[in-house]
Amino acid sequence: MVKVNNISKSFKDVQALDDVTFSAEKGELYGIIGPDGAGKTTLFRIMTTLTIPDKGTVFINNKSIIKNYMEIRKTIGYMPGKFALYQDLTVEENLNFFASVFNADVNDNYDLIKGIYSHIAPFKKRKAGNLSGGMKQKLALSCALIHKPEVLFLDEPTTGVDPVSRKEFWDMLAGLKEMGITIIVSTPYMDEASRCDRIALIKNGKFLQVDTPNNIIEKFNSNLIAVKTYNMRRILDDLRKCTNIKSAFAFGSEIHALIDDYSNIENVSLFLNNLKYNDIEIHKIKPNIEDCFIWSR
Amino acid sequence: MEQVIYTNNLTKRFGSFTAVDNITFHVNKGEIFGFLGANGAGKTTAMRMLCGLSIPTSGQGYVAGCDIVKEQEKIKKNIGYMSQKFSLYEDLTVWENIKLFAGIYGMNIKDIKKKADVILDRLDITKEKNTLVKNIPTGWKQKLAFSVAIFHNPKIVFLDEPTGGVDPEARRQFWEMIYSAANDGITIFVTTHYMDEAEYCDRISIMVHGKIAALASPKELKEKFNASNMDEVFRKLVEGTFNME
Repeated sequence: MVKVNNISKSFKDVQALDDVTFSAEKGELYGIIGPDGAGKTTLFRIMTTLTIPDKGTVFINNKSIIKNYMEIRKTIGYMPGKFALYQDLTVEENLNFFASVFNADVNDNYDLIKGIYSHIAPFKKRKAGNLSGGMKQKLALSCALIHKPEVLFLDEPTTGVDPVSRKEFWDMLAGLKEMGITIIVSTPYMDEASRCDRIALIKNGKFLQVDTPNNIIEKFNSNLIAVKTYNMRRILDDLRKCTNIKSAFAFGSEIHALIDDYSNIENVSLFLNNLKYNDIEIHKIKPNIEDCFIWSR
Repeated sequence: MEQVIYTNNLTKRFGSFTAVDNITFHVNKGEIFGFLGANGAGKTTAMRMLCGLSIPTSGQGYVAGCDIVKEQEKIKKNIGYMSQKFSLYEDLTVWENIKLFAGIYGMNIKDIKKKADVILDRLDITKEKNTLVKNIPTGWKQKLAFSVAIFHNPKIVFLDEPTGGVDPEARRQFWEMIYSAANDGITIFVTTHYMDEAEYCDRISIMVHGKIAALASPKELKEKFNASNMDEVFRKLVEGTFNME
């Protein structure tokens, strides 16, 4: 459904995208995972026909973003990273406006947005500018869907949204996927990767890895351990001084670290005991996507 | 222990809507205090009152020894502030930003120059001193913004979602800077939507519908809510409390 081949794009001396290739099948929920400044938005603007790449080709349902851009625009929905609805129109007015732009009727496609729009319907007379963050996102998603697009492009729909609303938003995406809509979604939150069928990890304009979340985790080929103690503030610096430890970072209530060999776990434990830590918990762990992102080269 | 922030039944209403509803809490000197809550729970409104930017409808509050109702200007001199949305001027250079912010806080140019050299060296961006901020990488920008926010050595620094969208590695380096500032005695008041970061705080409050629904150390909260991590604690408190803001 979406085919991106060898896309590169530079702005003056900044290379925003460097030879990016991936494809998403019909009905797939595809995640582009990476931090701000990685090139996610540039990629979305190219896929939605708003920016022309320097090199490479993109096809949306076999139509070229260069030659057939007008046709593509009718069949895709795009939710940009910045809230782009009319703040001084009401919830209802925004929805009607976007439907009319695409010659669509709100009533015809209401089934598609019902699950999402019903959350904000009680506030349909309220101006979009006066909605809370989570509700703005629901309205923007409704507006991007109202013309029943084949492919939905969502650029960081959950940035700045609290954990509970984020989960709710992903539940909605899962529902849309069930209806057969292809979804390309970007996020800086690594924990959202597991909600996608496949993901691409993007950093500095390059795709580091493209695969299912599980395969990326299985392919992780360094030795990862978790370390826990009472005084978490002090232990990070000390752990980094241990010669068996290649790299270490805080991960919530634990430290995650790369060890040269799992047979040296006992050495690390002794090293820390000698530094007067007497409540060390240390064990081998499976990485999560955030580990894979930090330590993939 | 010295209390750098102290509030008593602090309340803010907008018409019939109560954004902040009788909150009473304190923050100790040198503490890393996590201020969590769902979107629309009242965090920003509470923070604006503490920073002297909004007058409470009722209740009292003291920040860095100043009354948040009567001494709003004095508060601003004693705090630092940084947010993800606004931190530095993109079209000024690194040095111009430092000079501007330190100047606003009344530091003299000689002291600014001296301290700027130390900080740029520590961040390893001395050679970028005359680069426009928009041309430095995002991860560096956040670290520089934090250094600028504590440049005038405030008693307390307010960080509003400082790590949103930041690279996982840079996000962790940012927290190492927070630790180091806290060790220097600067009190940290921070909001975040990353629940792993909540674990790095000494104590956390979680706001629900304008009220502080829970306040304790991460360890105590996990025990109390029988949860294995802070994400679970947050869910148990917030889920099902639909935000009507």
